[in-house]
Order: sequence, then structure tokens, then C-alpha cells
Amino acid sequence: MSAVQTTSPAQDDTRRRSPLAEVLFSLMRSRTFLVGLAIVLFWVACALFGEHFAPYDPLADDIINALAPPSSEHWFGTDQIGRDVFSRVIVGSRDILTVAPLATLLATVAGTALGLLTGYFRGIVDDVVSRILEAFMAIPVVIVALLAIVALGTSKTTVIIVIGLSFAPIIARTVRSAVLAERELDYVAAAQLRHESALHTMFVEILPNVIPPILVETTVRLGYAIFAVATLSFMGFGIQPPSPDWGLSISSNYGMIGGGFWWTVLFDALAIASLVIGVNLVADGVHGALND
Amino acid sequence: MTNSAQARNTKAENALELSDLSVAYRVAGRNRAVLRNLSLNIKQGEAYGLVGESGCGKSTVALTVVRYLPRNGSISGGAISLDGQNVMKLDGEALRRARAESVSMVYQDPGKALNPSIRVGRQLTEIFELGGITGQAATERAIAMLNRVRISDPPSVMQRYPHQLSGGMQQRVAIAMALANDPSMLILDEPTTGLDATVEAEVLDLIAQLRQELSASILFISHNLAVVSNMCDRVGVLYAGMLVEEGPTEIVFNDPRHPYTVALLRCLPRGGQRKDQGRLDTIPGFLPGIGADIKGCAFADRCALADDRCRTELPPLYDLGGRLSRCFYHDKAQSLPRATPSNVPAPAPKPAAAPVLRVAGLNKTYASHGHALRAVKDVSLDLRPGETLGLVGESGSGKTTFARLLLGLVPPDDGGTIELEGKALAPKLENRGDDQVKAMQIVFQNPDSALNRSHSIRHLIGRALKRLAGLRGKALEARLNDLVRSVRLTDRHLAVKPRQLSGGLKQRVAIARAFAGDPRIVVCDEPTSALDVSVQAAILNLLADLQAKEDVSYIFISHDLGVVRYLSDKIAVLYLGRIMEIGPSEQVFSGPHHPYTEALLSAVPKLDQTETARIRLDGEIPSATNPPSGCVFHTRCPRKIGPICEQQEPPLSEAQPGHSIRCHIPYAELARLQKTVVAEPA
Amino acid sequence: MVFLGGQVLPGNVGRAILGPFADQRAVDALNHTLGVDRPLLTQYATWIWNFVRGDMGTSYIFRSPVAPFVIDALGNSMKLAAVAFVLVVPIGILGGVIAALNLNRPLDRIISLGGLSVTVLPEFVTGIILILIFGVWLRWLPISAAWPKNAGFFTQLYYLILPSLPLFLVLFGYIARMARSGMIEALDSDYTRTAVLKGLPWRTVIWRHVLRNALLPTITVIATQTGYLIGGLVVIETLFRYQGIGSLIFTAARGKDFPMLESGILTIGIVYAVATLIADFLYSVLNPRIRLGSDQ
Repeated sequence: MSAVQTTSPAQDDTRRRSPLAEVLFSLMRSRTFLVGLAIVLFWVACALFGEHFAPYDPLADDIINALAPPSSEHWFGTDQIGRDVFSRVIVGSRDILTVAPLATLLATVAGTALGLLTGYFRGIVDDVVSRILEAFMAIPVVIVALLAIVALGTSKTTVIIVIGLSFAPIIARTVRSAVLAERELDYVAAAQLRHESALHTMFVEILPNVIPPILVETTVRLGYAIFAVATLSFMGFGIQPPSPDWGLSISSNYGMIGGGFWWTVLFDALAIASLVIGVNLVADGVHGALND
Repeated sequence: MTNSAQARNTKAENALELSDLSVAYRVAGRNRAVLRNLSLNIKQGEAYGLVGESGCGKSTVALTVVRYLPRNGSISGGAISLDGQNVMKLDGEALRRARAESVSMVYQDPGKALNPSIRVGRQLTEIFELGGITGQAATERAIAMLNRVRISDPPSVMQRYPHQLSGGMQQRVAIAMALANDPSMLILDEPTTGLDATVEAEVLDLIAQLRQELSASILFISHNLAVVSNMCDRVGVLYAGMLVEEGPTEIVFNDPRHPYTVALLRCLPRGGQRKDQGRLDTIPGFLPGIGADIKGCAFADRCALADDRCRTELPPLYDLGGRLSRCFYHDKAQSLPRATPSNVPAPAPKPAAAPVLRVAGLNKTYASHGHALRAVKDVSLDLRPGETLGLVGESGSGKTTFARLLLGLVPPDDGGTIELEGKALAPKLENRGDDQVKAMQIVFQNPDSALNRSHSIRHLIGRALKRLAGLRGKALEARLNDLVRSVRLTDRHLAVKPRQLSGGLKQRVAIARAFAGDPRIVVCDEPTSALDVSVQAAILNLLADLQAKEDVSYIFISHDLGVVRYLSDKIAVLYLGRIMEIGPSEQVFSGPHHPYTEALLSAVPKLDQTETARIRLDGEIPSATNPPSGCVFHTRCPRKIGPICEQQEPPLSEAQPGHSIRCHIPYAELARLQKTVVAEPA
Repeated sequence: MVFLGGQVLPGNVGRAILGPFADQRAVDALNHTLGVDRPLLTQYATWIWNFVRGDMGTSYIFRSPVAPFVIDALGNSMKLAAVAFVLVVPIGILGGVIAALNLNRPLDRIISLGGLSVTVLPEFVTGIILILIFGVWLRWLPISAAWPKNAGFFTQLYYLILPSLPLFLVLFGYIARMARSGMIEALDSDYTRTAVLKGLPWRTVIWRHVLRNALLPTITVIATQTGYLIGGLVVIETLFRYQGIGSLIFTAARGKDFPMLESGILTIGIVYAVATLIADFLYSVLNPRIRLGSDQ
């Protein structure tokens, strides 16, 4: 109501649900979140148990039936060496759903640590590290990945490290700005007035309060990690054959779309699209719930 | 109350009529009532004050009148008539015309109310353009308008952007904009809240003067009873979205007839009341929340006079002859028993002990855009056990910086010394001993910022006990329970997180935390300014009680002189980082005092105004990066004596034992000057 | 603020070219011929100096100067990016503004959710789907961006529509989202309330008071998207077999053609820096708070 009266109206002395319950409550009311979650869970299930309900072995070739259009036997048709596209799409989420979350996890851990340190200590540490991170962020992720993979060679681990480290500065920036804001709050001064150590102040006092932005950033980054893994696989720098990975499949088949063999790429493309959109719907829901 | 003849007349007579107005906000899928069947009339040319604590719906009234409710707000019933025109029936274009022609609004935080990317002049002339006045004519009208709100050099101000003006200037511009269309109804929603005391006084003076010149009726909304009492003819008291009392200002504030008004007035430290003369009264319980389910009288839960009837049946607004009260027992409202007994155990007279804190020559200079900003300059003072030192000053006076220097949160410049119980304190907190750290603690202004929102109350207090008192296990539990009880919290508060508590309770947690290590000194940095009046009193009482019990010393920072006076034994008045005056509380307040102190005191709006001539200060508070030469106050000083003030900084010289003033005017002369003003007939 | 592109330097060039199992002497010999065994700073300074003079070195693969390749590719990429940008900036802003003005109504949901969905899709996915729709099934547009020789402006434009669409979609979501949140903030602000309560017509409120403040942050975001755009070009140019800076870098990386790679990356670094400078300049021109500073 007024500047000096910043308190919200008191109702009862212990009003309101606990903060966590409030967030869960509002998540469950968010349609975008629930739709997104359903899509993501569907693909996670496919990754875990896909081979049990895939009609064919996704890796088994069948040259005679190569490039067959969709039919009752092969719902999504077959590719150029006769592998069943439907089975490949079902199982194709496995690699991307391992690599992308691990890369995101790496990015989150590294980014959070960097963000906490730079935001808390400020000064020279912050200036130097922030400048480096800024320079790093100016280069498109795809190009960083490209260079690193050229230098280090291609493997899943490389992809995880490259994407993880490319995303870490972005998460660090988010965490840093949240920490900078937290640091101005008086509870940090109160902690100093108890002679708490820097580690305690960073991890016990500040960290719990910056979890919400980290959570949002992590889900958003997961979306981009999937984006990046798929793109790298498509460019031939990511997941390697014979994996039925979606990006990889598109990469090996898109040369033939001119010939009308649309089914070899369309379903993989749609699968990537649905997964990425699903993750982002979840991210959007989490963002909405935490910023109410 | 109205017969039909009157009703017919009021059409023309009232600038604003609200009848049976109900407004609700939709929160988490539920409509919550904010205004409940509110009816009030404002006569042509009248200034009507609406007072109430946070959440009572007073700003909602303003926004409803101009039909600018937030997206989740809706009018669920009633009617609003502005100059006889039903506002709720207006279509878009008619509503726009009404806003352009007959109603204007000014609200708090003028920095946000003005468009940051458009020059001040353009923001004014566009109003005249609506009325068909363009080009040079509009510019001239704008200049005339700025002159009217006493802005000097309007042409240059017109060329500026809002961020280039000070807060007081911004609010003048906002007022000029509101008055540009010569409205019949002017709504002022907390127009001076957040401004410094001397600036607030100037803006209020301006509004009072403009009232004489203009015909507009005024709806003045404020949480500050004193401001309303000085500005308004009639006042309405709002509680939980209902009008509980209404009448001529003087009558309502001197002879209230609703227990809420009675209690609210008792909460304020008034007439120089001091902690050793008795405790402030408090209002038990809490304000009902937005949308609370209210059956009977909204105040019944907190009212000692309430009986079963009050709890089940909504009292009507009784007409008591020109005034209204929504209370069954309006005739005995003033016999409301006190919620807090006034008598206090007289503190044992203390022998003059050695000072617990001694500060000498403390300085703090910040680098600000390549300039040296002297936030604190050459401050020396000492503090005895059990004593309260009040720090008073406007923004930029350095009072908060001084507190942070003491605590070691910010290192002072080299040279000054801080001694705690005779031992020098290291400038940096890291280098101080654990004993020294726990001996000096702080209660911050805003508990939302001071309490870590991720931790439970038990953790917050427990951690302080562990670190500061070195307690563990059983001993910690026992002390925790003691401490919680001593700040009047209960066990069920321990499990929750801060945001689940009200502002007053959060501040109690902060106080408990500060007292965890049996401190010798507690710095209180505006501990009640984020709180409602009814909650403030309880916190002040608590601080006074704890002091009497623990013999702790306070450094009490506040912009509210009434509050400072209630708690302080000694007062230091700061201006641009310098102590202008320091001395025993009563001497500083009663004078003779420094001209700045004099101006500050006269700037405070008082409920029981005995018309004294107000000392007006010219200009703005200068920047600390570029303080005036000589006496830093000379640019605004009403008692400046000549070039000496501009050339030489006066020393802080002791005028009476323990009372020092930094002024070139001799003490005796100050006494003579200030006596004459007081004696002057109004 | 200004990113210096030269920070990306390969470690041991010879080792990288010859692979980890090559003989150390062979590696040293190669490094010497390439001049990469000199102290890093000298090498770097020489290289920057040459770059400034327009000499970008010699391609390992083509055994010919790098500069013509880079300049050509940059020109092509600029054409592609320009088509995407010219389309997306006004349409994205318009989308965001319309969404905000219809907050929480169906139109807002469609724009917001639609924008979110297309923004997060990898370019090659939208690219493939668009090729299938417009190139394969409808046969409206060519599926390759390589236009015939001596093609006129409109023919080139025709060939560039399909490749620029995936870039457009990704950027559209970003820009619309920023514009929308900027608008919402401005619409909720006290100064907008002041403007409305002055009795100004709604149109004037929006045009004069809301838009400028609302779109300031969007302008910065648009400029930072040049960085993304370049990443996107790598993929798009590969997918559509288009001779731009992205495919140049991609090919150079695959072929370990370091002079080509470095020059390509330094070039995009410069493009990025220029874009950022322009954004900063625009922002300060439009924002009086930065332009004039404060008197206090």
C-alpha cells in the first residue's frame, strides 16, 4: 500500500501453506506443465522400455524391404537399408536422453559453483571470471562444440563435456545475478555478524534462496541441451552410428528427401520436436509456478 | 441519516459519492472482498481524509473511483458518482473524458509515476493538447503550472527528464500534472510517503496552499493520521474495507467513538511521551486479511469491549450528529480498556557507569563515480550501558552507514577508533573477536530481508544461539524457549518459515536473534518503519522492556521523531554525515537547538497541532559528493547569519553539559531566536 | 562488452592435423613450416596484423589465400541473415505487442505458446519439416539455396525464403517473448497509469508512453541474437548446401583447415562485436537515463 508499509496484510499469525506446497499446487494447476510432463515422461518410458514394445529390432537391416513407405507392417516405413523407422523412433530417444541430462547436470553444477563464487566474492575474482565467461558466451555453442570436438574427437563423453561447459557460463550468469541480489539482503549481513564462514554463508544461507532460478534455468537448459545434442548428431559431431538416434537418422537420410522418401526423416523430426517442446512446456510451467 | 430533500440536494453538492461500493480481488481462483459496502460523500471543495492500515483497502478506493483496478480486481456492487455522473456506467470514451476533465490523481513514488523517457515539459503539454491548446500556448500553460507548484526556473525543468529531478521536485511535477486540467476532484494517495521529512513538509504546505487557490475537492489517502489531521476537513477510518468511523477531523481525532480509532490513536507515541513514563497501548491480534470472512464487527476479535452481539451481528453506522460510528457501544468506546498496562517498573537509577561504547573521529569515504563521497565525517560520541542513543537525519545523513561502521560490516577510513567496553575494535568484522561480535548486534528495518526465507524460525534463532551463545543440545533448547517467550512468540511459530508470519511477528524473530548472545549494544535500524501503527507500538514496548531487563544499550535509528523521542535518552542529529547536534533527548527536543533540528521538528506533522509557524527549508538536500562549503547546512538554513556560514565550518561546541551544537550562532542567541518564534502568535 | 574473436586459438596445430599417433618430429616439422612454433603472442600478433591488412593466411586444404573464400561466404551469409532479420524483427515485435495487449486471452496464448514451441526447435528439424512441406509436397519452393548463376535479386530472394524460415522461427519466439514481457511491465507501470489517468486516448498511451519503454530491452536482445544467428547459420547452410560463413567454418573444422577456421571465427567475432556496439548505441540513444546521466 505504501513505501514504508511493505508488509503484506497479516491475516492469521501462521497463515498460508508452506512455500513448497504452494509451488506444487500451482504446478498441478498449470495445463502447459502437465502436457509437457506427459510428453517428457512418454519419451523417458520409451528410452527405458522401448525395445519391449518396438515391433522390430531397430538395428536389424532388411535390404529387400529398403525404403518401403509406411504400411501396416511398417507403420513409419523403412530406411535405406530396410530398418523399421517406427522401432528406431521409439528407441531413438535413449542416447539423447542420457547425453542431454548429463550435460545439463554438469552445466548446472559447474555454473552454480561459478555463479556462487563470483556473485559472493565480487571484486577481482568476479571481474576476471565474468569477463572470460562473457567472451565464452559470445561464441555460438555449436561453434564451440565444433571446435572442441575437432580437437578432442567424437564420443558421448566429449559431447557431454562440451555442451556442459558451454552451458555452464549461461547458468553461472543467472546464478550470479541472483546471488548478487541476495547478497544485498540483510540476512547475509546477519550471518556475518555471527562470524559464519564464507562457505556456510554461500551454501547454507544463500544457495537455498537461489534454487528457484537455478531450477528454471536448468529445465530451460535441458531443452537447449537436447537441441544441441540433436544438432551435433545431425552435423555428424554427436552421437555416432549405428545408434538409432533421431538427429543421426535425419543426417543419414535427408539427402534423399528430394526423391520423395519423406518418412525416413519426418518421424524423427517430429520426435525431436515433441521432446524439445515437452521439456520447454515443463520449463515454462516451473517458471510460472516459481514466479507467482 | 438522509431524508429525501437532502438526497436531492446532495447531487449537486457532492463532488464524489460512493454508495454501497464493494470491490473484490481474484486471488488463487477465489474472489476476496477488499471493500465491503463502502459509502461516503465528499462535498464540493472539501478535503476528505481516508485513513487505515495496510490492506484496509484505502488505495483500492482511489483506484476504483478512477476505474483503474488491477486486472484481478472487479467492482462487485454499488455505485460511484463523480459530480453527479455515474462513473460505472461510462463507456470508454466518456471515461477518458472524465479522467481528462474532472478527476486527477497523485500517488506515492513520483519517480515511477513519471515516464522515464519523455521530457517533463512534454508530459505536461500533452495534457493541454487534450484540451486543444497546442504549441507555444501549451508551453506557456505548462510553465505557469510549474510556477504554481513553486518550481523555480520552469523552462529548464521542462527540458529535463524525470530522473534528473529530486524526489520532491518529481512530486511537484506530478502535482502540476494532476492540476493541469483543473479537476473538480483530486485524489492524493499517500502523496508524501517515502519523502524525507523536510521535503514532505514542503509538499504538504504546497498542497495546503493550492487548496486555497483551486476549487478542487480532495480525497486524501494516508496511513499517517497526523498528516490527515493537518490536511483534511473530514476523515473516514477504514478497517477491513469497511468505514468504521467518520466525522470532522478535529472531532474524530480528539473524541473518537470507535474502539479501533481509540486504540489506533493510543498506539502513537504522542506529546513527548517517553519509555520511562509508561508503555504505549497496543492492539492485540492481527488485521483481518484480504477477503477474510467477517460475520459481525470486523474489529470484534481485537476489541476488549466486544461481546457476542459484536461477533455475530454487523453493527450499523450510527449517526451521532454529523459523525458516524460503526459500533454498538460507540458511547463508551473511549472506555476501551488498555491492552497493555501503562505502568512500568521504574528502572533502578543507575550510577554513572563507564561508557560501553566510545567512538572517536570516525570517518567513511566512498568513491562514487570518481568523486569522494563522505558518508560519515568526524563522528565522535559515547554510549552508556542501558542507554538509548537516537540517530536522526534525512536521507544521505549517514545514519545507516554509521551503524554499519560500528558493526564492522563496512570498514571505516583509517584514523578513527571504536572502543567497546574499553577495548579497541578492529575495523573489519572478520578481525573482531567472537565476544566482540556477539556483544553488538542489529535489528534491521525490513524483516523480509533480514530473515533468511529458506529457514524455519527455529533454525534462525537456534543458529544464532549456537554461534553467538555457544550453546548446544539441551541448553540450547532451554534458552531457545526462554528467548522465544521473552519476545512473546509461542512454540507454534517455531516450525514455520518467515513468510508465513506477519510483519510484526517477523520483527520479533529478528529481535530474538539479536538478543541471542546477550548483547551489550543493539543497533535498531528503523525497526518499525515497515510496520503498521498498531504493530509498531508492541515492538517499541518490547524493545523498552528488554532494555529494562537486560540493561542493553540501543542505537536507535528512525526518521519518526515521535518514536525516537519515546525510546531515546540521548539524540544525535546528523546532516550530510556530520553530527549537527547531540545531547540529552529532552534538551534536543525542547531546545534551544540547531536550526536544522528546529526545521526537522517543525516539519513533523502533529496530531495535536498547536499552530506554530513552520520553519521552511529552501532547496534540496545537497549531494554528499559535493557538500556545501563552510557549514554544510548553510544552503538551506533559515537562520544563516552571513558569509561566515559559507566560509567556515562551525565546530561542534558544547553549549550545556552533554549538549553540543555545530553552529556559528551562539547558544544564547539561538535560545532568543527560537523563543521568539514559539511565542509568536499564529 | 566487446568480444575479441581472437581468443580461440588452437593448441598444437601440427599435432591436431597429423593426429595423436604421428611422430613427434613430423609434428615439429609441420609446426615450423606453418610458423606455429613461434611464441604464441608473436604468432598471434602477426596473425592479427595480417588479418587487419586483409591477409588471412593460406588455406591448408585449398593451398590458396583464405580471404576471398571468407569474404564471399560472409556476403552470402549476410544475405541469408538479412532476409531472416528483416522479416523477424518487425513481425516478432508485433507478435509480442499484440500478445501483451491481449494478455491471457486466446490470441496471447496462441502467440506465446506458438512462439515458445517454434523457438526451441533445432533449425534442422524445422528446416526438414519445411522442406518436406514446401519443397517436396507442395513444390512451391526450391529445396536447395544454391540459385542459378547470374540470378537476379528476386530470384535470389526466392531461393532464400526456405532457408531463412527456420532462423525466422527461432528468432520469432525470442523476440516476441521479450517484447511481450517488456510490454506487460510497461503496461503495469505507474507511468502508464499516469498517462491513462491524464485522459489520453489509449492509442496515444500505447504509442507515446508504453512502446518506447517496453521495447528498449528487446533491442538489446535482438543484437545478442546475432551470436545465435551465426550458430544457426552453420546448421542451415549445411542443410541447404549454401556457401556461407557457417558452412565455411563447418567444412574448415572437418578438414582441420586452421587458417580458414580462425579467419572464419575471427570474422564472426567482429560481426558480433559490431552488432553489440550498434545495440549499445541504439539503447543509449533511446534511453535518456544513460544518455544524460543523473544530475544527482
